[in-house]
Amino acid sequence: MTKSAAGSLLYLDGVHVSFDGFKAINNLSLILQPGEMRAIIGPNGAGKTTMMDIVTGKTRPDSGDVIFDGGIDLTRHDETDIAQLGIGRKFQKPTVFESHTVWDNLELALNRNRGVFATLFHVTTQRDRDQINDILETTRLVARKDELAANLSHGQKQWLEIGMLLAQEPKLLLVDEPVAGMTDAETEETARLLREIAKSRSVVVVEHDMSFVRDLDVKVTVLAEGAVLAEGSLDHVSSNQKVIENYLGR
Amino acid sequence: MITSFLFKALDRRAIWVVSALIALAILVPASNLMLPFDSAFHVSNFTISLIGKYLTYALLALALDLVWGYCGILSLGHGAFFALGGYAMGMYLMRQIGSRGVYGDPILPDFMVFLNWKELPWFWLGFDQFWFAALMIVLVPGALAFVFGWFAFRSRVTGVYLSIITQAMTYALLLAFFRNEMGFGGNNGLTDFKDILGYDIQSDTTRAVLFAASALALAASFLICSGIVRSKFGKVLVAVRDAESRSRFIGYRVENVKLFVFVVSAMMAGIAGALYVPQVGIINPGEFAPANSIEVVIWTAVGGRGTLIGPIIGAVLVNAGKSVFTAAFPEFWLFALGALFVATTLFLPKGVVGSFSSAMTWLRLRTGKSDAPVAEPTVRAAE
Repeated sequence: MTKSAAGSLLYLDGVHVSFDGFKAINNLSLILQPGEMRAIIGPNGAGKTTMMDIVTGKTRPDSGDVIFDGGIDLTRHDETDIAQLGIGRKFQKPTVFESHTVWDNLELALNRNRGVFATLFHVTTQRDRDQINDILETTRLVARKDELAANLSHGQKQWLEIGMLLAQEPKLLLVDEPVAGMTDAETEETARLLREIAKSRSVVVVEHDMSFVRDLDVKVTVLAEGAVLAEGSLDHVSSNQKVIENYLGR
Repeated sequence: MITSFLFKALDRRAIWVVSALIALAILVPASNLMLPFDSAFHVSNFTISLIGKYLTYALLALALDLVWGYCGILSLGHGAFFALGGYAMGMYLMRQIGSRGVYGDPILPDFMVFLNWKELPWFWLGFDQFWFAALMIVLVPGALAFVFGWFAFRSRVTGVYLSIITQAMTYALLLAFFRNEMGFGGNNGLTDFKDILGYDIQSDTTRAVLFAASALALAASFLICSGIVRSKFGKVLVAVRDAESRSRFIGYRVENVKLFVFVVSAMMAGIAGALYVPQVGIINPGEFAPANSIEVVIWTAVGGRGTLIGPIIGAVLVNAGKSVFTAAFPEFWLFALGALFVATTLFLPKGVVGSFSSAMTWLRLRTGKSDAPVAEPTVRAAE
C-alpha cells in the first residue's frame, strides 16, 4: 500500500465510511502531490466534509488507507497529532477564538511547542512577533490586530482563520468553503490569498462557487455519493456527461 | 522562566489584590489582639473567625473559577476536594489530641475506641506529623482530580454530562464518609480538636494566625491563578472554553490542558478546606453534600466568573448575606439563595465584577477615551 503512496503528500485509497448504514464515503481514492492545489466540488452530501473529517482525524474510516507524507497512517492518529504532523483545517463556518484578540488568535496558532508547561512558561519572542506581523500583513488584518475576534466581519473572520492556518505552518491545508457568504470583492481577495498560500504548500479547497473555482485555476476533483466522479481541469470535468447529470445539470 | 511567570502574574490589578490581602492578614489580627475591646477598630473574636471562614470560601470559589470561568469545566463537585483537604487537616488535629480524649487512648481517636478498634488503620499513619498532613492536604484532592480528570477528559465528557458526574463523585464520597467502617468518624466526623502545631486551637493568637494564614493562602493562590491565566497557557484555557474542537485542530492536547488546570484547582480547594477546619472546629461528611458544591458555583456566578477577583467578592458577599439572613429569617435562606442565582443569571450574567467592568468600559467609551479591549468571557450557561 505504501508503495504507491510514496512521494505523495496525501494518499487515500479505497476509503469507506458509513453512518448508520448510509454510505457517506464509498471507495474514495485520491492522491495529492506535494505543493499541489486541488479544488473539490460536488453536490450536497457528496462526502466532501466527511473526507476532511477523515483526513483530520475527526472520523475514522471503516476501511481503506489514508497516508500522509508518503508513510504516515493517519487513521492511527487523533486530531491533535494530525494538526501537529502538519495538516491544517479551515471549517465551513469560521471558527476563531472570539474572546481573544486577532493577535492572540494568531499567537495561539503558531507552530510552537504546545505542551502544558511549555505554554505556561512561554515568553513571546521576536521571532513570534515577526511571524505574526507577517501573517497580519498577508491577511490584511494589521489594523485590527488588537480587536477581539468576535468584532470582525464575516469575511475578516475567514481571513483570520486562514491566517491561523498559516501560523500553524502546515504542509497541507484543508479549506472548507472559504467564500461562503462573502461579497464578490472578498471572494476575489480570498482567491488571491489562497493562491499566495499555495506557492509554499499543498492546499485542498472544497467549494460550491464555480466562478471562485475558475479563479483558482487548478485541477478539480468532482465527488458524488462518496466517490470520485471525475478529475481534471475545470473545463474538462464540466464537459463530462456524468458530472453534468449529477451536479452541474441540476 | 519562573520569574517571567511571576512577572506576568503581577499586573496592576493583581498587585492591588495581593497587597490588600496582605494588609488584611496583618491588620485584622493586630486589631484583634492589640487594640482594647472598647476601641472602635477592635475586631471581635467572633468577627475574626467569621471572616477567616469567608476567606477559605473565597479560596474555594477562586479554585472553581479557574476551571469554570477560564476553562469552561463546570464542576459541581468542588466541595469534595475542599472536604478532602479538610479531612486531611482533621486527621492531623485528631492525632494531636492524644490521651486527652474522652477515652484517654494515647493513639486511637475516640470514635475508634468507641467502635472497639484495636489499632490505627493504615491510612491514619503519618498524620501525627504536620508535614505529612500538609502534603496530603494537596496530594489527596490532587490525586482524586487527576484520576477523575484522566478518565473524564480522555473520554471527552463535557458540558452538562461532566457536571453530573462531578456531582455524582461528591455524592458518592458523602455516602462513603457517612459509614463508620470507613474510619473517618462516620456521621459525626472529626471534632474536639485541641492543638495545632502545639498551640491551643481555641486561643486568640491561634485564631489570629489561622486568619492570617487564610488571607495569605488566598493571596498566594491569587498570584498563581493570575500567572496561569495571563500566560500563553491561560489563553489556551480560554480557547478550549470557547472552541474546544478548534483548539484540537490547531494542535493542542485539550485533555492535558483540562487535566492540569483541574488538578491545580483541586489542590487549591484542598488547601481551602484545610484552613477551614481548624477555624470552625469540625469536619463531617456534610461537607461533601452536593448542595455545598452548588453553592460555590453560585458564589462564583454572583461575583463574576472569568475574572479572578469576582469569585472572591462573590464568596464574601453571598456568605455575609447568608450570615445576616439566616439570623433574621432562618427558614427562608434557601429560597433567597435560589432567587439570587436566578436573578444573577437573568440580570447580571457576568456577575458583579463583570457588570462593573462593562459599565466602566461603557463610560470610558462615552467619554471618548478608548482603551484596549478587555477579553471578557462569552457567557454561556453550563458549558
